[in-house]
Amino acid sequence: MPTYSLTVNKRKMEVDVAEDTPLLWVLRDHLDLVGTKFGCGIAQCGACTVHLDGNPIRSCSVPVSAIGDKKVITIEGLSKDGKHPVQIAWEEIDVPQCGYCQAGQMMSAAALLKKKPNPTDADIDAAMGGNLCRCASYLRIRKAIHTAAKIQNS
Amino acid sequence: MNNKLNRRNFLKISALTGGGLVIGLPALNSCTNPKEAREAATSWTDVNAFLKIANNGEVTIKSPNPEIGQGVKTSMPMVVAEELDIPWEMVTVVQAPLDLENYKNQWAGGSQSIKRSWNVLRMAGATARFALISAAANMWSVPVSELVTEDGKVLHKASNQSAHYGELLEAAASVEAPEEVKLKDPKDFKLIGTDVKNVEMANILTGKPLFGLDYKVDGMLYARVIHPPAFGATLASVDDAAAKAMSGIAHVVKFGEKVAVVGKSSWEVIKAANALKVTWNNPPKPESTEGHVAEMRRLLGKKGEVRRKDGNPERAFRQADKVIEASYEAPFLPHNTLEPMNFFAHVTENSAKLVGPTQTPERAMRTAMSITGLKEDQVTVEMTRMGGGFGRRLYADFVTDAVEISHQLKLPIKVIYTREDDMTAGTYRPAFQYKFRAALDKDGQLTAYHQRGVSVNGGHVTRDLNIPSGAVGNVLLDSHVIKSEITTGAWRSPTHNFLGFAEQSFIDEVAHAAGKDPLQFRLDMLENAKNNPVGEVKYDPERCIGVLKLAAEKAAYGKAPAGVFQGVALYFSHSTYVAQVAELVMEEDKPKIKRIVTAVDCGIVVNPTGAINQVQGSILDGIGHTFFGALSFKGGKPEQNNFNQYRLIRIPEVPNVEVHFVKNTLDPTGLGEPALNPAPAAVGNALFAATGERWRVTPLGADKKPGVVELEGRVG
Ligand code: FES
Ligand code: FES
Repeated sequence: MPTYSLTVNKRKMEVDVAEDTPLLWVLRDHLDLVGTKFGCGIAQCGACTVHLDGNPIRSCSVPVSAIGDKKVITIEGLSKDGKHPVQIAWEEIDVPQCGYCQAGQMMSAAALLKKKPNPTDADIDAAMGGNLCRCASYLRIRKAIHTAAKIQNS
Repeated sequence: MNNKLNRRNFLKISALTGGGLVIGLPALNSCTNPKEAREAATSWTDVNAFLKIANNGEVTIKSPNPEIGQGVKTSMPMVVAEELDIPWEMVTVVQAPLDLENYKNQWAGGSQSIKRSWNVLRMAGATARFALISAAANMWSVPVSELVTEDGKVLHKASNQSAHYGELLEAAASVEAPEEVKLKDPKDFKLIGTDVKNVEMANILTGKPLFGLDYKVDGMLYARVIHPPAFGATLASVDDAAAKAMSGIAHVVKFGEKVAVVGKSSWEVIKAANALKVTWNNPPKPESTEGHVAEMRRLLGKKGEVRRKDGNPERAFRQADKVIEASYEAPFLPHNTLEPMNFFAHVTENSAKLVGPTQTPERAMRTAMSITGLKEDQVTVEMTRMGGGFGRRLYADFVTDAVEISHQLKLPIKVIYTREDDMTAGTYRPAFQYKFRAALDKDGQLTAYHQRGVSVNGGHVTRDLNIPSGAVGNVLLDSHVIKSEITTGAWRSPTHNFLGFAEQSFIDEVAHAAGKDPLQFRLDMLENAKNNPVGEVKYDPERCIGVLKLAAEKAAYGKAPAGVFQGVALYFSHSTYVAQVAELVMEEDKPKIKRIVTAVDCGIVVNPTGAINQVQGSILDGIGHTFFGALSFKGGKPEQNNFNQYRLIRIPEVPNVEVHFVKNTLDPTGLGEPALNPAPAAVGNALFAATGERWRVTPLGADKKPGVVELEGRVG
């Protein structure tokens, strides 16, 4: 089985897995980073969203062999102390219900805020439309993104 | 429910600490709440089944019921903390395992957790507080009546003495705690009614392992189970050579009509299961949505089993000035919890350890007992946090999978479902239909009401205690049930989740036919139910009127500006009253939902922030499924198996939802489901106001030209 060397959350890690193994399962099963969730496996729910060189990707649909030396950031590495503006805002607004989708939501939101520090509702619709929340905490997600923008810009 | 504690459920402090303190438990449970600077706890005393107190005064509260996102892991401990009079910052919450001796109703369903445990939780906190106060009274030789509690301390103001709870534990050990003590007057609540954030917040926000799918132990193998593709199909043969030859695959196991591939990692078993060559015997009578719909429509034309009859409905219909008739149709729905089904089991010769997302831990235990022959005391069940429940995890099919495999292999096994496995092996919301008839006299008074239901494997879907029963002199409810191989079950607010739409839309039709305003028509009916109740009435007409008026007031019902169309709906379920006004605007000939104004009467609101989250979520859930949800069948097989074919509501489609609670001090009732039920009707009634068309088939518009209606929310 091939060995892959990955940079995840700023640390170098090695895994021996088949080349078609999705990054999602490498993170969850082999690197013990279970914050990234499985919801559909076909890039339709966003639960598995991580950053690859800063861009949000659906890790269920990217094989480990396609990562190369690009840098992976997962929810565990979003901030050192759990105090990324998105995390602060999510807590302030009390967003989660079951919480299962929220890692993916926050990773998508963090990537959006990097590109658009003051996202409009239309920006949020466009950037967050790929993230399902089965509990439908959407109103709070939207509010928390606006709050996070304020925190980030202050 | 009375306030009496079942003595067996509560270890008296004296009995417990008599055996010695539980020494040296590290404060590792204190990850949920930041503690104030205070000496670390070095010993803990179990006070009763719900709480333990540390020598430094900190408290750990055990939350007995499964947490599926409805928030009980936050709200139930709040109730204990309130009566104990302990500041929330000093509380750590842990999930209790299945414990039949100490807890009742340890399940999550029917929006019952808070309602059923309200008094028990309060008494757990109150009896502990009583013992601590009594201990202080003995210690300081002062009367109990002079003592108060504040900030986790007992105070004697006259002598300026105080002690935190941890300092009183030893003295409390000799106090005989009574079964029943005086509970707080709700007006003195300090914690209940305040916003307490999700206790698991920090862990959720930083991606800590919490959910069933995150659970791992050393040596654990993963298993993916292949089930018959069609309902009613059976297993003929398996060629597992290719699957077994794949990397990481350790075993292929058969049980019942299923085959499982067991291996070292999730991806390896997902792939290898696809490589199994399984031959199935086709179902003898393959079922299809087309067949179901036709059969339901046929049965709606035939008399069914009578479920309620008041007065003489036949005569009333004969004498009616006007009869209104309409049918409503709903498809099967999968639950689609975002965390797919999964479960862990480790069965040995003399034990079984079960861990995972289950809404019914006792059912999980009994399932394991019947498969393995083990006894009750040999089976343990731990509940993980759940990535949604909605009723799906009330069932034990996925528990069966894990236990069967582990029982055969005697290895720790984690069963994982892919989304496709999850969506095609459901316990679906049944498909059902209604036909309604209403009789009006020449003054537009409702004189008779007839509701006929039919379901595919969903039992009788008429609800004999629903409005307008009780408010009208002549009522007939009858129904049919079609048997099916398709497994069905409870789906967030069973039956009500579509009956709410059908019944409250039909009431709207009747109001319009009677030439009355739909809100006033409902209020008049409720006045009837109040003043001249007919037959059994379970809803409180006054509380119905209360939520209707509150929603109407907050939405400025009837005063909408031109171009804004309103629809109203009212529903009583799970002991909670909900009314809604939906507002639509037409943009480029397309209706867009602007906002949903909701009024809820659930008695005391324990945790408002959590309550609002539940209400908003259930409303959007209801609307989303009404617009998009449908699982269809052909040849016994589900035709949709993942989110590329099955649409769920997403953020761009979400309207504003305003939530208002009726303020009272009645015992609290549940919120996980009730707000879902009227929402689709409020929207459908607003759609009628906007388009002049009635919407009777879900998903909405399935019976109309494509593109007639699109769901688009407009926030702000
Ligand atoms: S699991 Fe990757 S998008 Fe759903
Ligand atoms: S909070 Fe449950 S899926 Fe989003």
